[in-house]
Amino acid sequence: MAEVGIRGVRKTYAGGFEAIKGIDCAVGDGEFLVMLGPSGCGKSTLLRMVAGLETISAGEVSIGGRVVNDLEPKDRDIAMVFQNYALYPHMTVYDNMAYGLKIRGMSKADIESRVHKASDILELRPFLDRRPRQLSGGQRQRVAMGRAIVREPKVFLFDEPLSNLDAKLRTQMRVEINRLQDRLGITSLYVTHDQVEAMTLADRMMVMNGGVAEQIGTPMEVYHRPASTFVAGFIGSPAMNFLPARLTASGVELNGGHAVPLPAGSGGASAAREITLGIRPEHLTLESGQGIGDIAVKVELIEALGADTVVHARLTSSGDPLLARLPGSARVSNGDTLHFAITPGEVHLFDRQTGRRL
Amino acid sequence: MSRRVVFPNRVLPYLLLAPQVAITLVFFFWPAFQAVRQSLYRDDPFGFSSRFVGLANFELVLSDPNYINSLKVTVIFSLSVAVLALVAALLLAVMADRVVRGKRIYQTLLIWPYAVAPAIAGMLWLFLFSPAMGTLAVMLRDTGYDWNPLLNGDQAMAMVVGAAAWKQISYNFLFFLAGLQAIPKSLIEAAAIDGAGPAKRFWTIVFPLLSPTSFFLLVVNTVYAFFDTFGIIHAVTGGGPARATETLVYKVYNDGFVNLNLGASSAQSVILMAIVITLTVIQFKYVERRVHYA
Amino acid sequence: MIEKRPIGALLAHFILIIGILIVAFPIYYTFVASTLTSPEIMAPPMPLLPGGHFLENYGGAFGGIGTIGGVGVGRLLLNTTIVALTIAIGKIIISILSAYAIVFFSFPGRMLFFWMIFITLMLPVEVRILPTYQVIVDLGLIDTYTGLTLPLIASATATFLFRQFFMTIPDELIEAARIDGAGPVRFFKDILLPLSYTNIAALFVILFIYGWTQYLWPLLITNDNNMNTIIIGLRKMISFVDADTQWNLVMAITILAMVPPIAVVVLMQRWFVKGLVDSEK
Repeated sequence: MAEVGIRGVRKTYAGGFEAIKGIDCAVGDGEFLVMLGPSGCGKSTLLRMVAGLETISAGEVSIGGRVVNDLEPKDRDIAMVFQNYALYPHMTVYDNMAYGLKIRGMSKADIESRVHKASDILELRPFLDRRPRQLSGGQRQRVAMGRAIVREPKVFLFDEPLSNLDAKLRTQMRVEINRLQDRLGITSLYVTHDQVEAMTLADRMMVMNGGVAEQIGTPMEVYHRPASTFVAGFIGSPAMNFLPARLTASGVELNGGHAVPLPAGSGGASAAREITLGIRPEHLTLESGQGIGDIAVKVELIEALGADTVVHARLTSSGDPLLARLPGSARVSNGDTLHFAITPGEVHLFDRQTGRRL
Repeated sequence: MSRRVVFPNRVLPYLLLAPQVAITLVFFFWPAFQAVRQSLYRDDPFGFSSRFVGLANFELVLSDPNYINSLKVTVIFSLSVAVLALVAALLLAVMADRVVRGKRIYQTLLIWPYAVAPAIAGMLWLFLFSPAMGTLAVMLRDTGYDWNPLLNGDQAMAMVVGAAAWKQISYNFLFFLAGLQAIPKSLIEAAAIDGAGPAKRFWTIVFPLLSPTSFFLLVVNTVYAFFDTFGIIHAVTGGGPARATETLVYKVYNDGFVNLNLGASSAQSVILMAIVITLTVIQFKYVERRVHYA
Repeated sequence: MIEKRPIGALLAHFILIIGILIVAFPIYYTFVASTLTSPEIMAPPMPLLPGGHFLENYGGAFGGIGTIGGVGVGRLLLNTTIVALTIAIGKIIISILSAYAIVFFSFPGRMLFFWMIFITLMLPVEVRILPTYQVIVDLGLIDTYTGLTLPLIASATATFLFRQFFMTIPDELIEAARIDGAGPVRFFKDILLPLSYTNIAALFVILFIYGWTQYLWPLLITNDNNMNTIIIGLRKMISFVDADTQWNLVMAITILAMVPPIAVVVLMQRWFVKGLVDSEK
């Protein structure tokens, strides 16, 4: 059982490119941390530094209280699941799982009991004598997981393990990983670019952008209190609306004069300042009694999804675009003028310059 | 050409490379260096010392009518072998690509000559065409043709060209067949829908698409005819009659080992080296081109 | 095929059969000769069907006391087999090791070594014939198996083939092996080598043929008839053409010299074709 400590970690490549610009994060024992971000944000690099596959330019990585910066991957007591599975093509499923244990000099009987235990958990028993190419994508994925499980490591590392699967299998494997984590309770670091995977699997998530951790928090914290416009825009679908606005002592004033009362608790500004107002599409409502403010828009396009109806509209005052997700029962048509109210407590204010939450 | 992921190890790679590098240095670089050095020196008549003579050996070699003759012989020999072996192999490959049944059997029967040593290929042809005992030689003479490759230079040349081309057909056949099978069937079908008949399809679609393979094979065949046919010449004609089949490689051997003329042989080696380098560069430039075609 | 025209197919078969007749005829002719008596061979035109002296001739080739310069055919075949196997296996071993070093390690001088190996392509025996011979003389390797094989064991072609194959191995496989605890030696033995078996088989066919058909090099390096390869032995047999040459034995030995490499090519045809096509990329 182990905590993972990441302290002031940086990665600078030979050419001077800085892939990781100083990240701090303490992952608790048994915690499932998801590293989420667009491609090129450095999430895989950070994971590979924990694995020992990339050198650490500055800072410290520790596993179970021991600094592992200079240890070989094999000495870090970790196991890793790769995006393309990286199964040994010439070995059977059994041998793929057993290989790491054999190298560590474990006895044949112990290896067998571990491999059988893992293959029971993953329902791989019937396939132990097959080779990877005789398996489906989902089965290969499970073998890759099995190879990690049999090692009984201190830490699991997952590098986009589901992105080579089709949508249906991905959902199914996500549920399996969730169950496995509940059952084994091993500290896990999981890299993905898929926000649904992140939201459903994570105890906590680290949203990364440009080599920096924009926010670390539980999925609900990240959803309800995004630390920056980047995080706010990356999490949630359809993405959050951002409207240019001015913060005054009395409240928020949109372009063209719409006023939105200041949410309770958020500190007012003594002097007026430029801000960005963030509102999630699902927090706009047509029931004026259930929300605050009154935003008049003209409807341009409607996407009826059955359960929901997504409305593309423009503010009548300024022409800024606005997206709203209404219940499927809402009666709306193109060209209508609507008046939206905002669910209380779901108004997000960000500094116009820095993009940080106010 | 380097991978992203490598093993962090300082000594092991050198140990792994050591055998290959040692052989390369001792048997390739050192002798090549010696060949270049010796081509600039000449032994005194008693063989006790040698003195630096600059490019005199090259002047001597290049002004030697026998060398010019040998150059001509090599060009005629190489081109004849390449053209003959390519045309025959292309014809057979196109036919093999057409047949539905028996393709594998034809292939099996056509690849035998690849495994036959050049010297033995030469002997087989000698058995067939030797004036004394060859059945085909007798049949030729019965038609009234004056067949005697031991005396007639052109006939000797024809015989070694035949033997050399015969041996190379297998190789060319396999490459042409692979090239033909790599042409997408949809292209041929599109041409057929456009109204092109079989002959037209071959010349306007198939042949142009095969041109990278053909060009590659032309280079390989030339290299083969230059260097790998020594055994045929040595076993069949010994360069004769009257130097009619004395290729450059045969002459290097003859001047060095039979006539023991060190300087001249080395100068010829250096000239050959220049030829190989040229051919290799052409071959590798072409390899890059082939990527674009494919 | 687009059009199924029976005449076209017939023509194709016809041309292929003619081609095979031409390609196979010299070999068949020699085989027929190897079943006749020497006077029959010397009195052309020769019959086109095998005669009745098969056992006698092949028995004679093996049993004769020193058929060629006092050396038996068995010894010549043994020499040739040793030479061909040593060259093929030696080339494979040193090439796979070199390619492994060049592809999977990063070290000073890597490109230098790569180019050194590459340049040997431009230095065939023929262009350095005298000085290489001199090296063999200086090292005392004349008339030895080492002299016959060692200088031919360096191989740019085989190194490139392995290099090309190694480049296709995904990075993750190496990383997975490192996490499983495999160092470079174990990775090579447990993962890379088993994955290379097909390439090794393909190369083996090509290189065995290469070794078996060597001519110029053994011609230079052997003085002692005991060290001749079968091809050099044959050449010596037919070069002293006189009335005493036992042509029936020459023919039988010629066939014996062709059978092993042809058998390898035909039996390992799949690997042979792969090796040929791959090694020229």
